[in-house]
Amino acid sequence: MKSISLILLCMCVLAGICILSLGIGRYPVSPGTIISWLITGGIADVNVPLIMEGIRLPRLIAAIAAGGALAISGAAYQGLFRNPMVSPDILGVSSGAGFGAALAILLSMPAAVVQIMSFTGGISAVLVAVAVSRAIGKGNDSVLVLVLSGIVVSSLFGALLSMLKYVADPLDKLPAITYWLMGSLADIRMRELKTVLFMVTAGAVPLMLVSWRLNVLSFGEEEARSLGLHTGMMRAVVIVCATMVTASVISVCGIIGWVGLVVPHISRFVAGPNHRMLLPVSFLIGAAFMLAVDTVARSAVSVEIPIGIITAVAGAPFFIWVMKKSSIHSW
Amino acid sequence: MVNSNGIVLQMKGAGLGYNGKAIVHDVDLEIRSGDILCLLGQNGAGKTTLFRTMLGFIKPVYGTISVDGRDLSRLSPKEVAGFVSYVPQSYAMPFSYKVRDVVLFGRTAHLGLFAAPGKKDRSIAAECLEILEMAHLADRSFNELSGGERQMVIIARALAQEARFMILDEPASNLDYGNQVRVIRKIRELAGRSIGILMATHHPDHAFMTASRVAVLAAGRLSHKGSPDAMLTPETLKSVYGVDVQVFDAPDDGAGTRKVCAPVVG
Repeated sequence: MKSISLILLCMCVLAGICILSLGIGRYPVSPGTIISWLITGGIADVNVPLIMEGIRLPRLIAAIAAGGALAISGAAYQGLFRNPMVSPDILGVSSGAGFGAALAILLSMPAAVVQIMSFTGGISAVLVAVAVSRAIGKGNDSVLVLVLSGIVVSSLFGALLSMLKYVADPLDKLPAITYWLMGSLADIRMRELKTVLFMVTAGAVPLMLVSWRLNVLSFGEEEARSLGLHTGMMRAVVIVCATMVTASVISVCGIIGWVGLVVPHISRFVAGPNHRMLLPVSFLIGAAFMLAVDTVARSAVSVEIPIGIITAVAGAPFFIWVMKKSSIHSW
Repeated sequence: MVNSNGIVLQMKGAGLGYNGKAIVHDVDLEIRSGDILCLLGQNGAGKTTLFRTMLGFIKPVYGTISVDGRDLSRLSPKEVAGFVSYVPQSYAMPFSYKVRDVVLFGRTAHLGLFAAPGKKDRSIAAECLEILEMAHLADRSFNELSGGERQMVIIARALAQEARFMILDEPASNLDYGNQVRVIRKIRELAGRSIGILMATHHPDHAFMTASRVAVLAAGRLSHKGSPDAMLTPETLKSVYGVDVQVFDAPDDGAGTRKVCAPVVG
């Protein structure tokens, strides 16, 4: 079947980028050596397993999880809000997470607390947005009210974040906050990676399972309901899963823009609009994109480039190209 | 009296509206499988409110609505969708799904929460496209179709839902003349498959062409319930639309005569 071969193709591309990425770095290893090491488990150079298992592999897994998670929740949100211009932070998860992290950094908390507060901040922002939309919508919960509440909550947390940056020590805390906000996979270790992987799996699997029904939801509230969809429950599933996935990624990687917006478009261009295919393909392309970007971020110049900068610089022209190619057909 | 395949969609003494305030009062309405009921009335008369109630989106303010003897306002969306399908006015979708997929979405009510459509659903969807003579467009993108083709695809989607009743919101408006007639013909065919049909229309002619019964919604009341020939007199049409309309008998290709409208413009 055509769809299965597309998934396989995406997997092969991702695997290829994995091999290349593992080899690239301050201590280069040829793809051939890596492949033979992966297959046989034996290698002459004793440094290679150390570098791979200690540094490059955790980072590779983190890039795959983060890219895939942001892309799949972006694709799910675009279906839910029936709008291809929506990204996973439409309900305020990014600004809430940024605020939480900045607060923890300002209070000189250890890294683990920064992550926990960032995660909590992201989830709280979305909860506030949903609560506000419920209070305003009085039961007839429209998508528009939800989006507007999200925008309000986003800008509120954005303002609070600015306030924290304003009072932060400009020599010490402010650079830390700013750097955190630009996003990086450099500090990922196996311990937090396990938690993130668990969260991403717990969120992405239900999204994949309801992917076909996302199509129906994209017809709008009433029509979806007339087709027999329990729209309220469906929307709750998507928001809970996407928020959990996005907040857990942001809490360890910082705010990485663009992936959740651009990758679903690229995927729609490749796989068509049916969410049944769109979600898995988005995950794979998002993972491959993030891995490629992170490899550039850590190896292009001698200092690490914040990943958010590269996703935007690489994403913008690519997005324009995709829009030109697909201007009518894909949305 | 219950006919052979028995199911009735019924409103009894119902008040329809929002937030406890009825804007349409004391509605008694009954649709049986195989019926075509045409609903006429000006914009803003409450047709949409009536449809929304029939589809279980809102509960009646007072009175009851039932399907197959069960209180419709207590059924889940999935259960309602098993009884009543809906054809909204044609429009463009945010994402350009394939025609084949759009029809397949009609199967939602028959699938579990995590399920995707299987072989049986696909063959039902293909059959519904066949019935509406749209099978050759199955692999086209929905948003590339003409207005008439889209309407047919959405009707095929409703048909794939396999509900006993179908509600159509002005299915022939916004279509060119030929497509209006084609859609009307298909709706008559669907009634022949013992589906009960409720459709809103702006054209009394559509009622003459399709309907076994009509009803007029005006000034917050449902009135003039009965056969189109008996109910849609020049006087009624004048009172509904505020213009003079003549009604004539016209030969309808061997099938006897049919009434047609001719508005007075001179």
